[in-house]
Amino acid sequence: MKFAIMVSEGPYTHQATDSAYQFAKAAIAKGHEITRVFFYHDGVNNGTRLTVPPQDDRHVVNRWSEIATQNNIDLVICIAAAQRRGLLDENEAKRQGKDANNIAPGFRISGLGQLVEAGIQSDRLVVFGD
Amino acid sequence: MSDDMDFEEGGTIKKFMFVNRKAPYGTIYALEGLEVVLISAAFDQDVSLAFVDDGVFQLVKGQKTDGVEMKNFSPTYRALEGYDIEKLYVDRESLEARGLTEDDLLVDVQVMSAAEMGDMMAQQDVVISF
Repeated sequence: MKFAIMVSEGPYTHQATDSAYQFAKAAIAKGHEITRVFFYHDGVNNGTRLTVPPQDDRHVVNRWSEIATQNNIDLVICIAAAQRRGLLDENEAKRQGKDANNIAPGFRISGLGQLVEAGIQSDRLVVFGD
Repeated sequence: MSDDMDFEEGGTIKKFMFVNRKAPYGTIYALEGLEVVLISAAFDQDVSLAFVDDGVFQLVKGQKTDGVEMKNFSPTYRALEGYDIEKLYVDRESLEARGLTEDDLLVDVQVMSAAEMGDMMAQQDVVISF
């Protein structure tokens, strides 16, 4: 089955992103496909490569990057939600006149249409939020 | 579900329901949820909105937000009709628990019981909650 996932909460403050990751991992292990993970609301904070958790803790951001690379998952950060919260890729940083960018490998910034499209094209869209 | 849909024809129409559960201010869920609803209109899907729990406050008439320095986005709900989004379902028990009636709301809605709302949700292809 083709699954798409929406993550609505930030890393470390909320279980939602951990549950989404565990779900993705379990679904892939069972032979299903995760086509896209769409990060919305504070969920966009899952995609900043400047995240530095304590060494004895899981690395939520790197974990997403790795599972996406290994399984060809499209990790999409909502542009409107990202801009409010200070997440910029190289192009956006330039366009907005900012001096830095912070998107982690495997993530890309795009519009909300990607969420609706994921709902249309997947067999199930599973929402992880509060 | 998607097994009998043909993307080549470009005619895939799914039933999307956006479930609004949070008060309009205090958290960003309602505002960012509404942004998804507006984008979904561009995809020619069968869109409906459900309002449950504190989500019913999103539709209350006469919102004044100057004091909290937030933009009053409630007029946008009135504009939904122009996007052909006309299925607005409100949970009766949520209204009553908050001392509200249909007359307090700024748009025409269909008020229904939790059981009826549950039936509506069961009919959907995609349910996204905010």
